[in-house]
Amino acid sequence: MPQVFDILLILAVALNFVSLGVSRIRAVINVVALQGVLIGTFPLFVHTDIGLRGFLLVTVTLVLKGRVFPAFLMHAMREANIQHEVTPVVSFISSLLLGAVGSALAIMFSDTLPLTEEHSQVLLVPASLSTVWTGFLMLTTRRQAIMQVLGFLLLENGIFMFGLLLLEAIPLLVEAGVLLDLFTGVFVMGIIIHHISREFASTSTERLAELKE
Amino acid sequence: MNAVTVVHHTIHVVLALSLPPLLVGVIARTKAVLAGRVGQPVLQPYYDLVKLFRKDSVYSTTTTWVFQAGPVVGLVTGALALLVIPLANSIAPLSFTGDPIFLAYLLGLGRFFMASAALDTGSPFEGMGAAREVTFASLAEPALFFGLLVLAHLSGSLQLATMLGSQLSQQWFSAGAPLALVLVSWVIVLLAENARIPFDDPNTHLELTMIHEVMVLDHSGPAFGMILYGAALKLFIFAALVVRLVFPATTGSLWMDWPLFVLGLLTIAVAIGLLESTMARLRMTHVPVLLVAACLFSAFGVILLLR
Amino acid sequence: MVFALILFPLAMAAVTLAIESNRWRPWSLPVGAAVQLGLVMTVVFPPTGSAPLAAFGGWLLLDALGKLVLGFLSVLFFLCSLYAPGYLALRSDRPNRVFCTNLFVSLAMMTLVTLSHHLGLMWVAMEATVLVSAPSIYFNHNARSLEATWKYLLIGSVGIALALFGSFFLAYSALNAGLETTLLFDQLIEAAPRLSPPWLHAAFVLLFIGYGTKMGLAPMHTWKPDAYGEAPGMVGTLLAGGVTSCAFLAVLRIYQICHRGAEAEFAREIMIFMGLFSMAVAAVFMVRQRDFKRMLAYSSIEHMGILVLGVGIGGLAVYGALLHLINNGLTKGVLFLSAGNIHRAYDSKFTDNVQGAIRRVPLSGGLFLLGFLAIAGSPPFGPFVSEFTIVSAAIERGHYLAAGLFLLVLGIIFVGMGATVLTVVFGNPPEHLEPTAFHDHASTSIPVLLFAALVLLLGVFIPAPLHDLLNEAMALLESSR
Repeated sequence: MPQVFDILLILAVALNFVSLGVSRIRAVINVVALQGVLIGTFPLFVHTDIGLRGFLLVTVTLVLKGRVFPAFLMHAMREANIQHEVTPVVSFISSLLLGAVGSALAIMFSDTLPLTEEHSQVLLVPASLSTVWTGFLMLTTRRQAIMQVLGFLLLENGIFMFGLLLLEAIPLLVEAGVLLDLFTGVFVMGIIIHHISREFASTSTERLAELKE
Repeated sequence: MNAVTVVHHTIHVVLALSLPPLLVGVIARTKAVLAGRVGQPVLQPYYDLVKLFRKDSVYSTTTTWVFQAGPVVGLVTGALALLVIPLANSIAPLSFTGDPIFLAYLLGLGRFFMASAALDTGSPFEGMGAAREVTFASLAEPALFFGLLVLAHLSGSLQLATMLGSQLSQQWFSAGAPLALVLVSWVIVLLAENARIPFDDPNTHLELTMIHEVMVLDHSGPAFGMILYGAALKLFIFAALVVRLVFPATTGSLWMDWPLFVLGLLTIAVAIGLLESTMARLRMTHVPVLLVAACLFSAFGVILLLR
Repeated sequence: MVFALILFPLAMAAVTLAIESNRWRPWSLPVGAAVQLGLVMTVVFPPTGSAPLAAFGGWLLLDALGKLVLGFLSVLFFLCSLYAPGYLALRSDRPNRVFCTNLFVSLAMMTLVTLSHHLGLMWVAMEATVLVSAPSIYFNHNARSLEATWKYLLIGSVGIALALFGSFFLAYSALNAGLETTLLFDQLIEAAPRLSPPWLHAAFVLLFIGYGTKMGLAPMHTWKPDAYGEAPGMVGTLLAGGVTSCAFLAVLRIYQICHRGAEAEFAREIMIFMGLFSMAVAAVFMVRQRDFKRMLAYSSIEHMGILVLGVGIGGLAVYGALLHLINNGLTKGVLFLSAGNIHRAYDSKFTDNVQGAIRRVPLSGGLFLLGFLAIAGSPPFGPFVSEFTIVSAAIERGHYLAAGLFLLVLGIIFVGMGATVLTVVFGNPPEHLEPTAFHDHASTSIPVLLFAALVLLLGVFIPAPLHDLLNEAMALLESSR
């Protein structure tokens, strides 16, 4: 049902905007987790006969993105005594507008990329590019270390969305690669956040500004 | 102009003029029930209106005719706007090409006079409320317009009756994504224009936190009654727009269409009550962010349609 | 044999992990590295007529490019490992278990990158090197190295994620053309002319940016000065020589596909531009640089730019770029290790405090000066030969502007870097500083001397087997078959 899938994709893109606009870190963690859960169900829509491997991928993704990562990040927040408000470098409205411009450009750019028959009806490529852009935006315009990790998670969500196009064609290695990337990245970054908070008693990366030029 | 149409128009006008306070009452009752209270009777707004119209008005000596005109213009524009919107069966008594603009400008006119009436009192609280109200309204209007643009593009016409007509149910399947975005955006606009949580708390008694309430602080008696009724009309307008967007199908039978429509309206009212009970009010500085987001959602609906 | 090359370092890592003594653990590094070097040399310069090394149905294959990078990596690691025991003995206050284990694991992963002929596997191996090398940067456990590690991880992870995205695009370009979707390198090469161009272009850009981040090309270079500046000297050598070479190899693989797909012009223009841009950025930041280890990082950025520029120009410049890969890595060995020694001697990295190294630690100071002359491109050292090849090929192929800018930037860098190096090396050590206990010791000097000897050797004479290997590798990148 491409129409239902389209609406879900739009919902995922809407969540991008929500993550750029909300001001509490816990809310952003929840939004990114929600998007992860949403995306985790996408393999069921993209391919009609999914097989056991596909179901396994769906389950693992849902558990990881929906439960494990958010729990880990919340734990990191508690441990490191992170402040609860997002401090952006550009204002919230500017972030929203930048995200919107980027997403519009993503839609225009993806129109230049030819798609195969079965894929051309859905908005998967624009949604994926938009999510990648939003993640990148969050990485660069937020001061806290944990927000930068969340931006990285969004980036990976976008890449995962695009990878769905290849789910049938390429063996699970690459899908597992994305999840592995995420897993190790988040864990290692979580450890570093812990060290940062111990060293500086804050996880604003403004403190990490000693090394310049 | 046959007999059936005349009947439809009559029901349209009667319903549009009598139902709005009921919606307000349903919202209040829903909130009370969810809070564990018994709450006011559902028909309470009607009793309030009757009570207010029997009273006398007190006018401040610093005000001019603008202050008296505000509530009147609000009421008249609201009633006129109701004539343009298609209700149950996508026929509106007053329908011409370009009537979405007419609708938006009627609402704008009403808002202008309300804000002017507030400024006319010379009180700082009213001025503050007027400033906030106008700012938020100017951010919410593009969202409304982008949504109207999507509908106009899909239906190929500039008449509200056709834009929100029965072909919309077919278009939900072919262009579901843009319409879903418009829906989300219009729900946010509905909450913003009618001063509901998360934009404004209708139950607050602290003037510094008010937006809409504080604008009408100085009105009393029949004027205040007109304002309450006008606000209810505005709520009805936006709720009707959302209902038409979501349930656009018509069964063709008089006895089915109108009750279904009323049911839709009541559902929206309950939904608003639910939203109000579960959400907290936004910090004032975050309100523009949500409104800009609403604009962006419907703008995206447009972009998706145009690709 | 293929598995031995990867599993042996991993086995050594396990052994190192198990060794209890902090004193004896570093010695496992030279031992393991020597054995690995021996294994690699038998594979890189095999007896004539032997079949290319392959496994897993083409997922792992050692071709000329792979041989070049693998051989160089192993030499680099071996020489660094000779430095390790002496260095870690000086830093005996810090536990070195994680440090030594990580070094072996990163060797294994870097070997895997050179061997992989499946782009997905190559990506996994690159990702692994990023993650494994991060703790080594944090070896000093202070606020500055923490900041450096954070930036390294964040920017590196974003780069790797973009590289994955590009790999997906590449796979889709095959799918869209109706071909069998694959990330197997040989199949992609074969199908290259039929791959869908818009996807191929987009894939190249993403992969170039992604792996270019790991190389340290501008503008994705911001992690480099911090990471190289704060990491211990030998980690800096391995990062500058090893990890960047692996990333460069990844870029070359994509370039190969583009080249076979007749999209080489597009790729070349991007590479020339990015190469010159990196060099310019490095030049700007190197002038008046007070921290001599950060200066080395900017030098690395510059030379990554030169590598990419060489490939972009094409023809004989590719030979120059491949030779420069080796020359740059070896010279960075000289520079980083001697800089590390000087840092130990003065307990400071800033030119305000570090002066007169030639008097304080004559051998390290002298070698630092030598390294500077080499990296700036003066004869009779190796980098001169490779850089000269690139410039002459540029002029020959009509890229006059590129050649001119190249020479101009080299000049600026020579002056800028020279100012810092000469301040560090010459003059008198500041009187107000207490001299530390560090003196030039055999264990910390011999590896540096060996590096310098190799750099000098390659400047005057390129051994025939190496020359053949370089030609073979160049043919892979330039042939239009």
